[in-house]
Amino acid sequence: MDELAQAARLALRLITEFDSALVDIIARSLLVTASATVLAAALGLPLGALLALARFPGRQMLLVTVHALMALPPVVLGLLVYLVLSRAGPLGFLGLLYTPTAMIIAQTLLILPILAALASQQIEELAREYGELLRSLGAGPWHAAATLLWEGRFALATALLTGFGRAAGEVGAVMIVGGNIDRATRVMTTAIALETGRGQLALALALGLVLIALGVGVTVATFGLRALARRLSAA
Amino acid sequence: MVRGLLLAAALAALPAAAQERFITLSSTTSTEQSGLFGELLPKFRAASGIAVRVVAVGTGQALRLGERGDADVVLVHDEASELAFVAAGFGIERKPAMYNDFVLVGPTPVGSPRDAVASFRDLAGRPFVSRGDDSGTHKAELRLWQAAGIDPKSGTGRWYRETGSGMGATLNMAAALDAYTLADRASWASFGNRRGLTIASAGDPKLFNPYGVMLVNPVRHPHVKAAEGRAFIAWLTGAEGRAAIAAFRVGGQQIFFPLPAAPAPRS
Repeated sequence: MDELAQAARLALRLITEFDSALVDIIARSLLVTASATVLAAALGLPLGALLALARFPGRQMLLVTVHALMALPPVVLGLLVYLVLSRAGPLGFLGLLYTPTAMIIAQTLLILPILAALASQQIEELAREYGELLRSLGAGPWHAAATLLWEGRFALATALLTGFGRAAGEVGAVMIVGGNIDRATRVMTTAIALETGRGQLALALALGLVLIALGVGVTVATFGLRALARRLSAA
Repeated sequence: MVRGLLLAAALAALPAAAQERFITLSSTTSTEQSGLFGELLPKFRAASGIAVRVVAVGTGQALRLGERGDADVVLVHDEASELAFVAAGFGIERKPAMYNDFVLVGPTPVGSPRDAVASFRDLAGRPFVSRGDDSGTHKAELRLWQAAGIDPKSGTGRWYRETGSGMGATLNMAAALDAYTLADRASWASFGNRRGLTIASAGDPKLFNPYGVMLVNPVRHPHVKAAEGRAFIAWLTGAEGRAAIAAFRVGGQQIFFPLPAAPAPRS
């Protein structure tokens, strides 16, 4: 437990000293994970709405697939993205391997199933409640989907947070496709893995505490926005 | 949607593209984790204007990255697989770069601390943690078992454990289990979680650990930055690089020693 206290002190010092290497890593972590969350939301929420509202052949299979993919180990996903982006792979000519872009792609694919599954569940519940009403108002399927996504926005914010959290805390995939390159692709989790490997356990733990603090910050901000939005829509 | 995806990808790639010339170097965890690159690469950059991006993995994986064209230059430490890499046409212009030695670390010194083979013979039955990851250190360890006439796999599940992970994770395990392990001098010197571990055997010439540097074959992979890669190899094996390698210290101790540049053995 001595190590924990030491790590806490170190974490505090790193933050208060505004350590430039740490700031660089934090900024990159946030950029990569926020981009991935936005992209995954842009793709996953409509996919979730489609799964919840549309009836088409293969829907059940797609639904099962999306849910099963939630359990995909990040390392496997990282390996697949690596094989595609590697110079010897089909998209190797793009030269994206070992760039933040590669990390964004991996994290987007990682959390896409989570967002789609949570969104479909949410929208299905809302559709049971409001479907009749929407139909009686003569809303088409696109209109209905958009309305329900909007009505479910508070619950969907939690889904986004879940995705953000999973992406931010993930190490296996970004290690493989990013390469943990100093000042280029090093993020919080890969830096923690590196320091653990160096036996610098206090520093690794301190970085972990900073990562937890970031998670708390993002959650609080989302909850704050949600409360604000509720108050505004109630007014 | 697709356009948005590409736009976001392009935006995220911007900071990388806006930077100056760089090469990708696939190398081992020992060189990265000891801090050697933190010392060398800024000097090379100041001299050449070329940044070096290091992907630090085990020797086996570092060579495979070169094979696939995902690196421009490879710096690793397993002579046999380096020569095979060059012979297969994946790498060219291989040069010896530097050396240090392996150390056997564990809870107590073994019977004959300066004789590596005798030390390994002593180890049979004692808890041992192996890299088990096809790295240069793992291959050196397997050679020593063979020289000692011991099949460590026979101890799997009892005293021999393969971690399948990097030097750091393996050292952490050895420290936690009071076990022996073979480590490269650089990783050991910069390792901060030794607990009860100490050097059990070192100094035998059989523990020699040479590092070689080579260019990924630009004929096989036309995108390889051959000019920049050659500039790095020439600098590293030249007077400035040798001086920088020799000047690097961990805790006051010299960790890497420059190798005299000899013509490539086979190319």
